[in-house]
Amino acid sequence: MKQFKVLGTGCAKCVKTAEMLERISQELGVPVTVAKETNVEVIMGYGVMSTPAVVLDEVLVHSGSIPNRDQIETWLK
Amino acid sequence: MLYIFTDLANWIVYELLGLAQTTKVGDALHFFIEDTTKIFALLAVMIYLIALIRSSLNIETIRAFLAGKNKVLGYLLGAFFGAITPFCSCSSIPVFLGFTSAGIPVGVSMAFLLTSPLINEVAVLLLVSLLGWQFTLIYIAVGLIIGIAGGAFLDLIHAEKMLQPFAMKAYENKPNATVRLSSATALTMRERHAFAVAELKDIFQRVWIWVFVGVGLGALLHGFVPDDWFASNLGHGEWWSVPLAVLVGIPLYSNATGVIPIMESLLLKGLPIGTTLAFCMSTVAASFPEFILLKQVMQWKLLVILFVTLLVSFTLVGWILNMTFM
Repeated sequence: MKQFKVLGTGCAKCVKTAEMLERISQELGVPVTVAKETNVEVIMGYGVMSTPAVVLDEVLVHSGSIPNRDQIETWLK
Repeated sequence: MLYIFTDLANWIVYELLGLAQTTKVGDALHFFIEDTTKIFALLAVMIYLIALIRSSLNIETIRAFLAGKNKVLGYLLGAFFGAITPFCSCSSIPVFLGFTSAGIPVGVSMAFLLTSPLINEVAVLLLVSLLGWQFTLIYIAVGLIIGIAGGAFLDLIHAEKMLQPFAMKAYENKPNATVRLSSATALTMRERHAFAVAELKDIFQRVWIWVFVGVGLGALLHGFVPDDWFASNLGHGEWWSVPLAVLVGIPLYSNATGVIPIMESLLLKGLPIGTTLAFCMSTVAASFPEFILLKQVMQWKLLVILFVTLLVSFTLVGWILNMTFM
């Protein structure tokens, strides 16, 4: 199962990013877990400076904006 | 070219609604319609154009640029980049940590973070269109000086010793000290366009409400406060009026977009420039929500020092400007 982490200090965009990941994975029937990471120390550990950022199975795949649908579908493949 | 917005407001308020030019409601409504239409039209055009140019500049590039520079140059560049980078306050903590862990001095990071909310393309655009070039230049100069001087002061008192322990450790270890520019790929015009459109949407979503609130309050001031009220009560630059304006600005939390239309009204009503600017900067840069965020990386002592530094510098700026332009 793919494990997503959304990194962000709790702004509206991070919440939206997590919602999108959950919704699209459900639509495509791909089982995933989506966790939100708000601890700045952990976020720093991933070397991220612009949030929201997305980590897929411990690899940073995106940062700085709400990802678009195409990107999310690629991650789910 | 901007007179079309005056004409539009004339037409709606005086002809369509049939309000007399001399009534308070008519006056306030005219101010509101002229300013909101003008601001939204200018914002749409300018944000798009600037984003088109800026699309290749990201925060990683700026960090690579700031890392390893000497401090004096660092403050100047930090404040400069803060001014040209648009910025959502929710990113300030990751950016601060990203800079710190690259070994960039706290003062340089703070020069960036202090200048960023004060100066941005939206603020500059509003200032030029509502208050003119001269005032805009003064505003930009004051914003940069506060960023640079504030940053230098924080390094002088060794602010890095007053960070939260994990941030202090990150600064000392400098794990990413060798940040280099990742091979930046040249953007195509299509990518730039996509970026600019996304940026336009993003900034609009963030500021439209502030434009309405700011212009609304400005319009109320404009229509309902007697023309000579500020001039006769606070118009002589009484020394206490500046710190008072700063204190009043603290609990008010707005971004530059919301406060500039209010500044326009205050200046039109004869409030001295220094007092007005002190009020505006305090509203934009000294806000409690922002400081609560910074608590994640700074100890209380440093937060208090930073807060007091800001208040003192806004007051000084206000006094100096009032004395200069009296």
